[in-house]
Amino acid sequence: MIPEPRLVEVRKNVLKQNDVLARALRERFREAGVLAISLVSSPGAGKTAFLERTLTVLRAHYRVAALVGDLATENDAARLARSQVPVRQIVTGTVCHLEAAMVQNALDAWNLRDLDFLFIENVGNLVCPSSYDLGEDLRFVLLSVTEGEDKPLKYPTIFNSADVAIITKSDLATAVDFDEAAANRNIQAVRPGMQVLKLSAKTGEGMAVFVEFLEKHRLRSLSAAAVRT
Amino acid sequence: MHELSIAMSIVDLACEEAESHGAPGVDVVYLKLGPLSGVVKEALLFSYEIACQQTPLEGSKLLIEEVPIVVNCPVCRDRRSVQSLQSLCCVECGTPTPEILEGRELMVTAMELRT
Repeated sequence: MIPEPRLVEVRKNVLKQNDVLARALRERFREAGVLAISLVSSPGAGKTAFLERTLTVLRAHYRVAALVGDLATENDAARLARSQVPVRQIVTGTVCHLEAAMVQNALDAWNLRDLDFLFIENVGNLVCPSSYDLGEDLRFVLLSVTEGEDKPLKYPTIFNSADVAIITKSDLATAVDFDEAAANRNIQAVRPGMQVLKLSAKTGEGMAVFVEFLEKHRLRSLSAAAVRT
Repeated sequence: MHELSIAMSIVDLACEEAESHGAPGVDVVYLKLGPLSGVVKEALLFSYEIACQQTPLEGSKLLIEEVPIVVNCPVCRDRRSVQSLQSLCCVECGTPTPEILEGRELMVTAMELRT
């Protein structure tokens, strides 16, 4: 006789392990008073150039560091090291996204209390990173003007998982007939109310507004942490 | 494509559960999948078979229940579904609604264990 199968209730998140680690990281960031920001975008949207400029601007007034994910090379870390802040490369091998455990391991040798801002550059990919919480306070999704205005509609999940959209390479907008209104409309369709910033890492246009945004957010998160403790 | 690594996580989770119930194997794993999970059903089913090989789950089935996005509409003041993934607006009144209540699920809800 074939025994009857037994049905059991489970109700467990598949990425529970990642979620638990991400929550622990978020708590560590909060306790150390560091604002953690991750960047996601397609390959070539300008994450590294944008980050290089951001690190260079911020380091005059703040203690900043960056983790940068890449499939195969350490080129990005070498580029970012030019901004003279601590940078660590996470080479993911064949993995197309960062996970909380990779961030945790990469942070091992750093004392987070020595930092005001921590940037985490994800692997260039608009699909897979959307499933993984890294414990960041803010997730920025970058969209370059050369990519086309309909990227948000093609990749709604990653836009939905992010907190702020940043339109990069604004210096090229005219050359490629970038329709900013359409891009904004598409972003709002997949993530209603999302804040959108536009800038150029090359010319510096929009960087002051961006830095002001970061500073405001940092103060807000520090005062929220102070209220809690 | 990260579905293989997701499938491997499902297999790990299911193996642990089966072991905790003292079951020698698993026939079916039930999974709830939301459109905002970032996981593609077809790719996951394909990867699942590979991930099960040479584990207690070999030969088991993955049954995926696709669940819709549910938002809290600020105008209707109620749970509502949305027009589409490309238009997160309340289906009833058309208001854009960022407050997502459901739709990110990637959850093993139940299992049929071999006895």
